[in-house]
Amino acid sequence: MAELDPRQHLEQCMEAGKWAEARAALEALWMERPTSANANFVSAQAERLHQQEPMATARVAFLRSFTLEPVVPLLRAGAFVKGIRLETLVGEFNSYPQEILDPASKLYQFAPDVAILAVQTRDIAPELWNGFTDLTSEQAASVVQRVADSFRSWIAAFRTQSQASLIVHNLELPAQASQGILDSQAVNGQADCIRQVNQELKRIVAEHRGVYMLDYDALVGRCGRERWGDEPKWLSMRMPFAAESLLRMANEWLRFLYALIARPAKVVVTDLDNTLWGGVLGEDRVEGIALGMEHPGASYLALQRAMLDLHQRGVLLAIASKNDSADALHAIETHPEMLLRARHFSATRINWTDKAENLVSIAKELNVGLDSLCFIDDSDFECARVREALPQVRVIPLPKNPSEYARTLRESLYFERLSLSEEDRERGHLYAQQQQRTQLSSAATNIEDFYRSLEQEAEISPVNAATMARTAQLTQKTNQFNMTTRRYTEQQIAELAGRDDRGVYTLRVKDRFGDNGLVGVAIVHHGGEVAEIDTLLLSCRVIGRTVETALLAFLAAECRERGAQRLEGWFLPTAKNQPAENVYASHQFQKVANEDQGTKWSLDLMQADLQCPEWIRVTASTSTNREYACR
Amino acid sequence: MSLLQPLPIVNTPAVDKIRQLASDVFEVPLSEVVPASSPDTIATWDSLHHLNLVLALEQEFAIQFTPEEIEQLLSIELIDALIAEKLQA
Repeated sequence: MAELDPRQHLEQCMEAGKWAEARAALEALWMERPTSANANFVSAQAERLHQQEPMATARVAFLRSFTLEPVVPLLRAGAFVKGIRLETLVGEFNSYPQEILDPASKLYQFAPDVAILAVQTRDIAPELWNGFTDLTSEQAASVVQRVADSFRSWIAAFRTQSQASLIVHNLELPAQASQGILDSQAVNGQADCIRQVNQELKRIVAEHRGVYMLDYDALVGRCGRERWGDEPKWLSMRMPFAAESLLRMANEWLRFLYALIARPAKVVVTDLDNTLWGGVLGEDRVEGIALGMEHPGASYLALQRAMLDLHQRGVLLAIASKNDSADALHAIETHPEMLLRARHFSATRINWTDKAENLVSIAKELNVGLDSLCFIDDSDFECARVREALPQVRVIPLPKNPSEYARTLRESLYFERLSLSEEDRERGHLYAQQQQRTQLSSAATNIEDFYRSLEQEAEISPVNAATMARTAQLTQKTNQFNMTTRRYTEQQIAELAGRDDRGVYTLRVKDRFGDNGLVGVAIVHHGGEVAEIDTLLLSCRVIGRTVETALLAFLAAECRERGAQRLEGWFLPTAKNQPAENVYASHQFQKVANEDQGTKWSLDLMQADLQCPEWIRVTASTSTNREYACR
Repeated sequence: MSLLQPLPIVNTPAVDKIRQLASDVFEVPLSEVVPASSPDTIATWDSLHHLNLVLALEQEFAIQFTPEEIEQLLSIELIDALIAEKLQA
């Protein structure tokens, strides 16, 4: 039977109302032919899909000094197949300064979610592009200064007028330096001057919230400076892209838009055979699999390196493999060339069960949604199976040639982010430690033995400048172990911390597996005889380990010290904070009020004796900066 | 292998591809793209769409047009002729 034309196949899915299949067909159609002609077709069909199953929509404005309209259809099609619908506004040719500076301009009327400021070297700094040899070094320096100042004022003006994210292209170097190889020898030569503008631009971008730099120079370099543009297009239409470059530009924009609009994947779930190593373990044995510095093992090692890089920036790794579990774990731990070891994986499903089922169970174990998973496999069958059974899971099918594996993963949009906190960086390690803790928990027969074996250390201190952001983040994000679910911004936490009658305390917990980081917050209203707990929360990382007792014992001691006779607090139930329901009852508090919004609890500080568990070592510093050890 | 075995058909004729590209770029039904089609007969054939068509042709046939050629390509017939010439060259 002749294979059905992809467009006909898509049309059949649409007519049958099979939207998930239609979406997959559309993505395949775009991946197969990401061209200018196909872009319109893909977008038109995606618009139809959107009518049935609405997609996230974002408004994107382009502020530009050159012709970029032909890139926009490619961007829209690429975004559509990733589930993002774009409404676009292309600003007038070379009118970006007026559009940015005029509060009544079309730009602001359009109310973009994201704006892209695309200005190139020869437009904004013609002296540096062409005619650099005419300049004295003082003149060159003043051009650098002028250009940087222009960017500074435009970015600042944009920020005062709009809350939208702003992506700023930096300036590209010319393919040929005006002084030839001499330029590389010169201090403050042509390339240096352009780089100085870019350095300054990077600083300016960092000074503003929601402003990001797109390294246009690096993009042009990756594609080949001499092939990026074609001179006739530039001269006749002021378009700096060759036909082949349009897609590269569109994809680069899409990386930013995806990071801004979609949520990054949190977990890579990888196959083993012919993915993490070459060959089939069950047949080739551990001595026979391909992995190492030489061909053919180098391709697999490179993929492991790419995964390890993701792990270092907080992406969790997991395994879903059809294999003998003992053999596979043995290979992972003992093969001399393995870069990834058992400790890097937060969850493993090595069995003969359906992979879709294993993915569901991995998501459950890691306590993330299926849409946080990204599945990587060399088998078209497994990829198709997962796509069909779990459309929420993002799938990266590996190319036929293993030497392209690593690049495929590194080029994926799914893990792109525009900022990374220390906590994000640590996450991979935290989860791996958590897994060891869970194993320990199953080994310990008696729960107190388990608590003891954790060797926990709690550090309680008043919030300070370094912990302010994380404290606010915890009030924003913690849903489960949270007595009152009151959300605070960093600014509000700072105000509370500055007041004499408030205490904002943070809890940090370490154990034998490592540092869990800042995982608890308490906010207390010190009001004379009665102290009231405004906020008491713990990250789910440390639930079920009695650290709340340590925190409450500290609060009781601290409030007693400050002259309170009673410590009171509300439990305000939500759909999610059931884990916190019994905290007060199990810590000697008496229920004193029962209202629609919740229950109020009170601890008599004169009578009660709330002690920190003997298995937690507490170091506390109070607001008066007096240090003492709980025990 | 017998020399008489028919060669697999790897390419539809360029003319058909050009029709399809024009239909996609101008967002009009394939049946409306005929040799005489031009900016006068296809409402969406403005300068921007013209540029998109030029780029689509360059991508499809891995060729490059000169500025003069771009200005001349103002009917499907003329496009057919120029592409045929470029593909032979």
